[in-house]
This record gives sequence, C-alpha cells and structure tokens, in this order.
Amino acid sequence: MNTIPNRRAICETLMEKAGQDKTIVVLCSDSRGSASLEPFAQAYPQQFVEVGIAEQDLVSIAAGMASCGLKPFAASPACFLSTRSLEQIKVDVAYSQNNVKLIGISGGISYGPLGMTHHSTQDIACIASIPGMRVYLPSDRHQTKCLMEALVADDSPAYLRVGRNPVEDVYTSGQCNFVMDKATVLQQGKDITIIACGEMVREAQKAGEILKQKGISARVLDMYCVKPIDRQAVLDAARETGSILTVEEHSAFGGMGSIVSQIVSTCCPVPVVNMALPDQPAIAGTSRQVFDYYGLNASGIAENAERMIKSSGKIYPEH
Amino acid sequence: MNDTELSRKAFLLREQAAGLIYRGKSGHIGSDFSVMDILVTLFYLHLNVSPAQQTDPSRDRFILSKGHTAEALYCILCDKGFFPKEELETFCQFGSKYTGHPNKNINGVEINSGSLGHGLPVGVGMALAGRMQGQPYRVYVVMGDGELAEGSVWEGAMAASHFKLDNLIVIIDRNRLQISGTTESVMNPGDLRSRFESFGWQVWECPGNRIDALDQTISEAKASVGAPALVIANTIKGYGYSAAENQAKWHHKVPSEEEYQQILEELKERRAMIE
Ligand SMILES: [Mg+2]
Repeated sequence: MNTIPNRRAICETLMEKAGQDKTIVVLCSDSRGSASLEPFAQAYPQQFVEVGIAEQDLVSIAAGMASCGLKPFAASPACFLSTRSLEQIKVDVAYSQNNVKLIGISGGISYGPLGMTHHSTQDIACIASIPGMRVYLPSDRHQTKCLMEALVADDSPAYLRVGRNPVEDVYTSGQCNFVMDKATVLQQGKDITIIACGEMVREAQKAGEILKQKGISARVLDMYCVKPIDRQAVLDAARETGSILTVEEHSAFGGMGSIVSQIVSTCCPVPVVNMALPDQPAIAGTSRQVFDYYGLNASGIAENAERMIKSSGKIYPEH
Repeated sequence: MNDTELSRKAFLLREQAAGLIYRGKSGHIGSDFSVMDILVTLFYLHLNVSPAQQTDPSRDRFILSKGHTAEALYCILCDKGFFPKEELETFCQFGSKYTGHPNKNINGVEINSGSLGHGLPVGVGMALAGRMQGQPYRVYVVMGDGELAEGSVWEGAMAASHFKLDNLIVIIDRNRLQISGTTESVMNPGDLRSRFESFGWQVWECPGNRIDALDQTISEAKASVGAPALVIANTIKGYGYSAAENQAKWHHKVPSEEEYQQILEELKERRAMIE
C-alpha cells in the first residue's frame, strides 16, 4: 500500500518548480511539518515565509505578496484555514483578485481523534460560495501532482484540500487522465453514477468493482474539481445512467453533493442521493474508523447504489 | 505644491467629498474630513504613484485600511488624473464601480478594503514581496483608531516587526471617535505609543490635520531602519465643518440640503483663511 500522503506530492511539485520560478513563495502558520513542507523550507529559505500561528495573517500576507507579483502557496490545517481565515479569503484573496493558492492540509476528519476543532467538514460550503474561488479535492498523490502543476501554471486563486494520511492509489504514475476542471471517469457504467471527491474516490472506485461483480454497471467519477464542477459530466451521468450517488468527506450542506443536486434538479431531474458526514460533531477515531462508522466506505457506497437501483432511486422514503 | 497650497487643496477636496456624499446619499463624512490631510500629505508629497505608473513594479503601495473613507481617496485619485470626474459622479449609484469602499476595479486602488483590520497584514505581505524582489518601494497603510480593536491588526503588527519591515509605514487617523462613541469608551486602545513600541515598532506622533507637521513626521518615519514605522496622527473627526467636529454622530451622516450648503460655506471660509 502507498505510504506517501498527498501533501508530500504538493511539496515535491513546489520544489520542482521553485528553482526556475522565483516568484513561487510558500507560507506556513507553524505548519511546515504537518504540511510536509519542511524540505521546501530547507531548500528554498528565500522563498519560504513562516508567519506563526496566525491564519488570518497568513492569508492577508499571502494576498499582499500576490498583489506585488509573487505566487504564494499558503498551507495550513484546513480546519483553521477555511473558517478562521474565511474573511481574508473572501476580501483579500477572492474579491481583490489575488493569485493565492490556499492549501488546506489534514482536511475533513483526518485529525479524527482530535475533536471538531480540528475537523474541516464545511470548507467546500464556505469557500465555494465565494465568487472567484475555486475548490479542489484531489483523490491520490498522482492526481495531486497533476493538479498542482496546473495550479502553479495558472494565475487565479484556488483552495486545495488534502487529507493527512497516505491513501491508496487511485491512479498510477503518469496515467491520471488528468484534464483540468474535468471529472475523471474511473469506470464506465449505465445503471447509476457514483460521483466522489477527495479520499472518497478510492472507496467509490472499490464500490464500482463490488457492484460490477453483482452485475450492476456503475459509472464512477472522480470529481476533484468541486468548483468549477464539471457540469457536463454531471448532466451526462443524469441522462445516461438515470440516478446519481454522491460521496464526500464533508457536511451534506453545501458540499459537492449539493452542487451536483442543484445541477441535476435544474437541468435533468433524476434521483440523487448525497452520502456525507452527519450534522453533528464527528465521532472520534482514525479516518478508517470514522468512515466505516458512517458507512462512507466501499461497502456502504455499493449498498446505497444497489438500493437506489432496486427502488428507482427512492431509498429514503421518509423524505 | 507647498504646505500652504496643499492645506487649501485639502479643504477643496473636502468640498468635493461632501458633494459625492450629498449626491450619492451615502458615505462617511466625519471620517473623510478627519483623514483628508493625511491622504493629501501622502499623495502629493510622499507617494511615488501616478496614473502612468499603475503597473510599475517599483511604485509605492498605498492601502486605505479604513476603507469607509473611500470618498476622500476617490477625490484625490480623481484630482491626480486616475479617472475622470464624470465617472466618479456615479459614486454609490446603481452599477457604479465607485462603491462606498475602495475596490481594485478603480484605477489607483491596490487592494479592496472595507472590512477593518485587513490593511496592516496585507501591507506586511506587500512589504515582504518588495524586499524579496529587491524593489525600492515603500508600503503605506492608513488605519483608523476604532479599527485597532480588530485582532488581525496585532497579528500584522507582530509580523511587521518580526520581519523588520522598515519599508512599511502605518499612519493611524487618531480622532478618538468611532461610530458608537469615543474609542476610550467603546474599546480602549490604551497608550498606542507604548503598545506599538512594545511590539517592536518605531513610533512618531504629530498633529494630524496639519500638512506641514504630517510632512515632516512622515519624512522622519521613512528614515526608520530595521523596524516598521508608526505615525500616530492626532486628528479631529469632521475637521473643517465645526458642527461635525468631534461628533461621533457625523461618522456617516448624509448632510441635508441646508447642512450641505453650510459645509461648503465653512470649508470655503476656512480655505480662504489659510495664508
Ligand atoms: Mg476613529
């Protein structure tokens, strides 16, 4: 099993690019270790800025630097970066059109046992609702690298969330089929579509395999680009497979599933079920334990998909 | 222009700002009149900025952290040729880019402001970028005194001295008033000099509605070495219209027709009195 967390792929890409591009700057809020950015800080001390435990400061300083021609990458735990600095993201980054790349590390419930202070299960909702902000949740280290290369090359702000722990590979090196802002089709199918992002993608991929063994043809999409979402892929899924199951490590309010549901209900109404974290502080545990507890795993996804197909999508009749 | 001419100009610009507020039915007149001399001193005597230099990487950077004094800034930028007067006349009207707080769609504006406590940390980023890129520019941030209750100000203040940013100059429009009353009663900012000195800043203080004093003090602050510079400019809120002076209620009052005429009259008189 892969032992390299996605955050390490971020550091690797930045180190590859920072040699030629001196405008690349990395900022941390006492988070260089947890962000795996220590090697960058060591190799490029002139392009590294430590701001201390001050996430609002982190984002404002990054915005000021961007406005003066630098390309800042500001890395901090997603829980603090996405909500404590939300106003700085809204005003100094997005509204002021500054090319800051925000790297939310240890996202979702990565810090499972540490309690809700350390969980970021509303970051998609918060940041996607800001005009001008893009939101990306890559699934594995290979895709993270492709995404980072695209983000280094473009010039508008974005938020990228990765988890803390190594995750199983979804892709193989050089075989990501990565197209910026387009969902990646992991498995073609006609009976239902499973759309996942971030760490849920590998579970969705496995669920697709389970379903295949049962004779169910599920399409599986890696929607790492939560905003701007790949509308065409969502609409194709609705038209061609007739029902959609979304899976994410996020609150059900305003996450990727909400965005998919809005598109589908507006343009091509078919049943959509959103699998997400419940509206309560997440239970303590490792990511695996927490995901299993809430059914956010391959068998839970496969089970829901099967129920949707058998009941024409109406698996929650009380709603 | 010398200090006397600029003092007259500051009163003339107050007339224009009052006109924008009166016609646009929105704005912060007491704050505009308080900060005007600071902005005039900066824009006509210190800032290396002009319409021709808007993309020049070596230009000075100016941040109006107290973004609610947009009218004062707009009148100065307009006077300096950043945009035509007819455009500015759309201030606060439907679809206008000249909103009640500055935004970058307006020529001459470097960062969108209006939410307090952002200017200093953004200025820290600009000053750091200048140093990293070997640019000679300075970063000037104008803050209000009510704004000092924002925690992010102190995060920025700590970072500015940590990074020894002597290319950063902050000026506080110290009028001792905010929307609900005196700064001392709402949230006492205490002894600003010692607070900022304890954060590692070099601190100056001067009368904030006198161009000559501001000019001299800012010149001294620019010479600060190894530490960021703070100028506490002791101002009078509403300066130039006696009925509004030191009155918190004029923070964002839109003058009536009668008041507007009184304002114009008094500003003209005061302008004429300057020798
Ligand atoms: Mg005040």
